[in-house]
Amino acid sequence: MRWTEAGLAMALAGFGGAFGQAARPAAPQAAQPSESMATATQPQTETHFAVVLDAAHGGSDTGARLGNGALEKNLTLTMAERLQELLRQQGIVATMTRRADVDVSALTRAEVANHAQAAVCLVIHATATGSGVHLFTTSLAPAGGSGTGQPVTAAGPRILPWATAQAAYVTDSLKLESELDAALVHAEIPVTMGRASVAPMENLACPTVAVELAPLAPGNTTRGRAITDGRYEKAVEGALAAAIGSWRTDRKEQ
Amino acid sequence: MISRAHKLLFGLLLLACVAMAAVLIRLRNRAQDRLQEQAAAAPSMQTAGVPPTEVTLYVPNDLDDSLTGVHEDLALPQDASAEAQELLANLVAAFRAPGSSHPLDVANGVNEVYLMPVPKAAGETSDPGQMAVVDLSGALVSAQPSGIEPETLTLLSMMATLHANMPAITEVHFLVDGQPHATLAGHADLTRTYLASEANPTPNPEAAEGTR
Repeated sequence: MRWTEAGLAMALAGFGGAFGQAARPAAPQAAQPSESMATATQPQTETHFAVVLDAAHGGSDTGARLGNGALEKNLTLTMAERLQELLRQQGIVATMTRRADVDVSALTRAEVANHAQAAVCLVIHATATGSGVHLFTTSLAPAGGSGTGQPVTAAGPRILPWATAQAAYVTDSLKLESELDAALVHAEIPVTMGRASVAPMENLACPTVAVELAPLAPGNTTRGRAITDGRYEKAVEGALAAAIGSWRTDRKEQ
Repeated sequence: MISRAHKLLFGLLLLACVAMAAVLIRLRNRAQDRLQEQAAAAPSMQTAGVPPTEVTLYVPNDLDDSLTGVHEDLALPQDASAEAQELLANLVAAFRAPGSSHPLDVANGVNEVYLMPVPKAAGETSDPGQMAVVDLSGALVSAQPSGIEPETLTLLSMMATLHANMPAITEVHFLVDGQPHATLAGHADLTRTYLASEANPTPNPEAAEGTR
């Protein structure tokens, strides 16, 4: 993706986050735009570890038909709600981009995520094709001169092109994907990893992974399970919650 | 006064007309399907007399999210756009084959492929290559299973196949029936232009040919 393709629409990285900072009376740097914007790009502090769960589709957008009348929009919402509860039990606050069967635009989802200054953004999908859990990170190339994909340096740019905001978080997103992969494999759930271009991932200013649940195909070591199998779903949700907990611990130690 | 016999005769004739219309419509649909299948299977006029060359089609596997290179000998047209279309037509035929690892039941998946030069960026000295604008058929979009993985694999396999056999193609953009389309089937973004190299499968000695 070339920068020129990002168009003229520019947005502050976590622009909502910058405003969120401004709303906090205890944040002295809120009055200084540059510092508040820097905070917006580096939200992973001990006191602020937010997670955003984006249950894909909803309302008139049903998503994939998963068999036996199950729709992707319902499964993703149920999964997100249960994952939110598992995270709450670990003391982690998770924000949902939708809480009901309603249409939510990709723009609104990205605004919610960026406003939360999240340390983890999970975009939850489901499909009737393939096997196990598919993890996807953005197909954007990492941004930044160092090639690290970090949101540049402490003194670096704090304005990200809206269309390619995720490019600044590619490295962190890959690390998060690796953490999720390890937890899912530990739970004996087959995982495939890839890169994809799916809304609203590219607009998110946070480490982002799309988690796509697929039925479990029978294999040498695994039993076949339907996508709507409650035990299978719980195993996946448990692994995701464990990975996010581990990610939080890693961030604290850094 | 119309007699009962006439009424009965009229009713029977009406019934026969309706039945004949239904049969004719069905026969017409069958003939249309058969013609479309023959057109898809038959070599194009442009390939008549052209010796076959070995090409690599990157066929997706939904179970392990991989692309596997399959070698085939194809008689390709001289015209580059027609060549690209022929490559993709054969790739879509592989999707449709019995036992396909990426089943997609569609006879005509690609309407047309247009090639145009990629504009040079400021200060760029090397040739930036060509952009392939792939006009997918509405039938392919309807048949495409919904999901990030299956949709992404369809796009990546097309990009990998084009780039492997026509290295001058560096960028790929997708349309559906000549119009811009938001997604392939609810997930994979079709509004952006892809770099063909994004789908370049890396050799994996353990796999048959290549994986993502």
